[in-house]
Amino acid sequence: MDYNFYLSTMWSVLKALPLTLEIWFFGIAFGLVIATGLTWLRASGSKFGEYFTRAYVFVFRGSPLLVQLYLVYFGLSQFDFVRHSPILWPILRDPMYCTIVAMALNTAAYESEIFRGALRAVPVGQIEAAKAFGMSAFTRFRIVALPIALRLALPAYSTEIILMTKATALASVVTIMEMMGTAQKIQHDTFRPIEVLTCAGVIYLLLNLSIARLFAWVEYLLSPHLRPPPEQSQQIKPVPEVL
Amino acid sequence: MSANVAAAAKAAPSPDDKSAISVKDMRKCFGDHEVLKGISLEAHKGDVISILGSSGSGKSTMLRCINLLETPDSGEVRVDGELIKMKQSRDGHQAPADMRQVERIRANLAMVFQSFNLWSHMTVLENLVAAPTHVLKRPRAECLEQAEALLKRVGIWERRNYYPPHMSGGQQQRAAIARALAMNPKVMLFDEPTSALDPELVGEVLRVMRSLAEEGRTMLVVTHEMSFARDVSSKVMFLHKGEVDSLGEPKEMFARPPTQQFGQFIANFNK
Repeated sequence: MDYNFYLSTMWSVLKALPLTLEIWFFGIAFGLVIATGLTWLRASGSKFGEYFTRAYVFVFRGSPLLVQLYLVYFGLSQFDFVRHSPILWPILRDPMYCTIVAMALNTAAYESEIFRGALRAVPVGQIEAAKAFGMSAFTRFRIVALPIALRLALPAYSTEIILMTKATALASVVTIMEMMGTAQKIQHDTFRPIEVLTCAGVIYLLLNLSIARLFAWVEYLLSPHLRPPPEQSQQIKPVPEVL
Repeated sequence: MSANVAAAAKAAPSPDDKSAISVKDMRKCFGDHEVLKGISLEAHKGDVISILGSSGSGKSTMLRCINLLETPDSGEVRVDGELIKMKQSRDGHQAPADMRQVERIRANLAMVFQSFNLWSHMTVLENLVAAPTHVLKRPRAECLEQAEALLKRVGIWERRNYYPPHMSGGQQQRAAIARALAMNPKVMLFDEPTSALDPELVGEVLRVMRSLAEEGRTMLVVTHEMSFARDVSSKVMFLHKGEVDSLGEPKEMFARPPTQQFGQFIANFNK
C-alpha cells in the first residue's frame, strides 16, 4: 500500500472540510428557519397555510435534491428578471449560495414534517393541564408543548442532519471544490479511484459519527425522565396520618 | 350617593357573596349525543361536593365545562360571582368571549386529573413552580419555598427532584394535588382522582383530599369513592343520563336514597 499517497490525499481532502462544513451549517441553519415558518403556517389552522405547506412538502420532498440544485443554479439564471435583479442575481450567480439555497429549501420540507409530527404527538393531557392552570396559548407552547415536541423530534431531526451532511457532496456538481469536489479532482489527476474515494468516505463517516454522538449526548441531557431514577435507595416516607 | 349606586351595580352580578361556583342550565352535545341536559349547580365557599354517576352520565364533562376545557353549548357559569362571558361563534356554537378572562378564572380553579397529567419533562418541584411563576407572576424563590412546604404536606418532599415517570401513581397524584394547591385556588376540581390508581394507592390520595376538605377548601370531586362521598363531602350530587337526578346531604342520601336510580347505583357498589 502506498501510505504516502493515502496521507497526501487525506490531507488534501481534509483541507476542503471547512468548505463542506460551511455549506452544511448554512444549509441547515436557513433550512431550520424555513421549516419553523412552515410548521407555524401548518399549525395555524388556516386553509391557505395547510395547502401551501402540503404543496411545498410535495414538491421538495418528492423530487431529487440534485434536480432542485440544477434548477436553482442553471435554471433560474435563464430568466431575465433574475439576472437583472439587484437582490437575486448576486445570490443566484454564485454556486455556493445556490447550493445553500437548494439544501435549505429541501431540508425544510423534511424538517417541517418532523416538527408537525412531534407537535401532534405531545400528549393531550399535558396541554390540558397547562390550560387548566390558566396558561395563555403562548405560555402553553413555550413551557409545555415546545419542550416536549423538541424531545420527540430530536431523533428524526438528527437523521435529517446526517442526510444533509452527505448531501453536501452534491455541491461538487456545481463546481464547488468541497471534499467531494476535491476528491474527484485528485481521482481524475491520478486515476486511483479506490484510494481517493476511500479517503473521502472515511472523512464523511467520521464527520457523521461525531454528529450522531453530539445528538445522542443532547438527547441524553434532555431525557433524564426516561432513565432510571437517580437515587433508587432513598426510601419514601408514608403519608402521616395527621396532615 | 352616585358612588354608592356604582358600587351596588358592581356588586350586583354576584347573587350572593358565599357562592363559589354557580352553574345554570348547562347543556353540552357531542355530535348528536346530548351529554348534559340542563345541569344547575350551586357551590358555596367551603362546600365539598361529590359528583357521582355511572360512566357516561356526564359528570366529567360537567366538571370540564366549568373551567372551559370543554365549551358548554349553552348555560352560564359563574365563578366567585363572576360570569364567564360567552359569545356566539360563526358555526352557531358558543365560544369564550374573552380568553384572558377565562385564563384568569382558570388560575383560580385548580384541577386534578384522573391521569395526573404532571408535565413529564419537569421535576416534581418544577411542576409545582411552573404555573405560579408563569401565570401568577410570583417570584420564583417564594414559589419554591411554598412548593417545598406543599410537598412536605403531601408527604413526597423526598421526591422533589424526581421526574413524574419515576414515581408511583399515588405519589404522582399527590404531586398533582400539591401542584394545584400551589396556585392558592379558590375552588379545586377533582376529575376522578383515584380512578387510575392501584387499589392499595387510593388511600394515600384520599387521605390528602380529606385533609383539604377538613381545612375548609371548596372542592368539586367527581369520584367513584363512596366512602369519600358519604363521610367527607358536604353535598352529594348524582347525575343520571345528563341530568341532576338527586342532590342532598350525604348521610341522608345514603341512608334513604331519594330516587330509584340512586338507590340502584349505590346498591351496585355495596355488592
